[in-house]
Amino acid sequence: MGAGETILSIKGLHVEFPISIGTVKALQGVDLDIVKGEVMGLVGESGCGKSTLGFSIVRLLRPPGRITSGRIDYRGRNVAGMDEKELLRIRGRRIAMVFQDPLTSLNPLFSIGQHFVETIRTHDRAVTKSRALEMAGDMLESLGISRQRLGEYPHQMSGGMRQRIMIGLALVMRPELLIADEPTTALDVIVEAQFLDLLEELRGRFDLTVILITHNLGNVAQLAHRITVMYGGTIVEVAPAGDLFRRPLHPYTEGLLASIPNIRLDRPRLVTMPGSPPDLVDPPAGCVFHPRCPRAMDVCRRERPPSVSGDGRTVSCWLYKEVP
Amino acid sequence: MGHLIRYIVARTLMTVPMVLILLTIIFAVLRLMPGDPVSAMLGGHAPEHVIELKREQLGLNRPLHVQYVDYLWSVCRFDLGDSMVLQQKVTDIIAEKLGATIELTVFGMLVTVVVGVFLGAYAADRRRTLGDSAIRLYGIVVYCIPVYWLGLMLQLVFGVWLDWLPIAGRTGPRVFPSDFERTGFYLVDTLLAGDTESFFDVLVHLVLPAFTLGLTLSGIFVRLTRANMLDVLKSDYILAAESRGIPRRRVVYRHALKNALIPILTMMGLQVALLMAGAVLTETTFSWPGMGRLLLERIYLRDYPTIQGVIIVFALMVAFISLVVDIVYAVVDPRIRY
Repeated sequence: MGAGETILSIKGLHVEFPISIGTVKALQGVDLDIVKGEVMGLVGESGCGKSTLGFSIVRLLRPPGRITSGRIDYRGRNVAGMDEKELLRIRGRRIAMVFQDPLTSLNPLFSIGQHFVETIRTHDRAVTKSRALEMAGDMLESLGISRQRLGEYPHQMSGGMRQRIMIGLALVMRPELLIADEPTTALDVIVEAQFLDLLEELRGRFDLTVILITHNLGNVAQLAHRITVMYGGTIVEVAPAGDLFRRPLHPYTEGLLASIPNIRLDRPRLVTMPGSPPDLVDPPAGCVFHPRCPRAMDVCRRERPPSVSGDGRTVSCWLYKEVP
Repeated sequence: MGHLIRYIVARTLMTVPMVLILLTIIFAVLRLMPGDPVSAMLGGHAPEHVIELKREQLGLNRPLHVQYVDYLWSVCRFDLGDSMVLQQKVTDIIAEKLGATIELTVFGMLVTVVVGVFLGAYAADRRRTLGDSAIRLYGIVVYCIPVYWLGLMLQLVFGVWLDWLPIAGRTGPRVFPSDFERTGFYLVDTLLAGDTESFFDVLVHLVLPAFTLGLTLSGIFVRLTRANMLDVLKSDYILAAESRGIPRRRVVYRHALKNALIPILTMMGLQVALLMAGAVLTETTFSWPGMGRLLLERIYLRDYPTIQGVIIVFALMVAFISLVVDIVYAVVDPRIRY
């Protein structure tokens, strides 16, 4: 994947949430490139900043969250500096999102058809309502839902159907980048597997680039070409999926992979990582992971580790002067 | 659509027991109230046999349950009896005043909803700004102000100091309602008669009373709308709509407000009773010749049949409007069906 065209380039991104007891430093200098056509898995535990990163890309941080510094270059234009008008041309049209909970992501008072018509006509005034409904019907049918259901309301649909409708709404304007924020967390295992298959199929059909945000390593193992591991508002490691699972470099990644439940007899106990995620109002000095790191050294407590890259992977850890 | 019709029929049928209970309460309360209508009518010093005779005439010496059944039957026939003060049928007296009260309450409600819902939605969208704080303060202050005090202040400012608006009555001295009066709704009547000059005269007379009544009730709607909107704005579907590139303004005033309006509609139904109570005070403050002022006058005169009649009409109006509100509710929200 290394040779592809970079469509999204994030540099030095800082995001803060001022709250009553201080400021949550949700992202502390994130660098990430997304290559056309890839599926980038974004993993980490709750509160590590993976969703914040996803929402920053389309500037949909909930107030009081704000980008304090850094750039988000989408095809050469800095999204972080765009005005509202420019943003609206990108959101939904070039970069689309699907969310965690399909049950609550559709407006209960709007029919499925109304959702589609509104989205299509927001981006293209020239499309008539009947034409928009036709496009919506085609989209539903390509997702395996009868176009008869356009007149129905969200509460008349099952969870899996609503998730497919959400993805149909996201794709109806043919965006090139899809950000999927924990898209299967609210679905049961069977529907989840079907959804991931569908996502893979749609990626091919719509020529999509996907950022798949999840805490489920199984999901990314199945779909992602590359994986970004986040911890405490920073990126600790980026690597091609196979390499990451075979040979994790960062101690946090190692711990994460070791804690995947395994039913083999030689590992009877569930492996856990000691400690808890860092307090991002007052993050630890040096490497944010050092309080939990089994291999922490003196320098880790004092200074933030630099990122080292090579061989298609990047790691931020004092253990490495270069990628081994 | 079949579901909707079934819902409307079911909801309408539910109004019947509700009205029956209302009528029963009115009957009971008026008979439990201190003071004897007959001695009130005759002045309290009448000889015993005259009082007995009057009781017999009015049917007040019959057993209560007989009176009750008789009363219900009369109401069903739209017969509210005769006034004890003037030789007039109560229905005729009320018919004369009903238009004035409905005109006032409809416009009062309009002011309440427009001001309350708009300010509330705006405050929620601009949460924690100066505008939001100002609107919240407005909501609380207005909620605390008594209707008649607000009426007096508006009269003082807009009627006396600025001299912009009339402060009493439904029409000015050069307009004669008998020229156009047909339905009792003067705005409609003047339009039907093609009398634009009178129409505007009626309209300016409506401004202060309608705003007095409307603004007083708008406080609670401001706060309710703001709270609901804040809740709704946190929903996933709002974020999802924004992620599709729908402009913020449309997301707030179409997606969010429509959802926030559902509990507000319920509140509107409940507020109608308060609106009627407010109308009584507003009519008194503005010498508005409606049912509220009629009620107050007849309470002084102990005109029991008229008092009873007016209260019954108020009760029926409240029942009717909550029926309408519930039907609107079902039309707006596809999830509500029986």
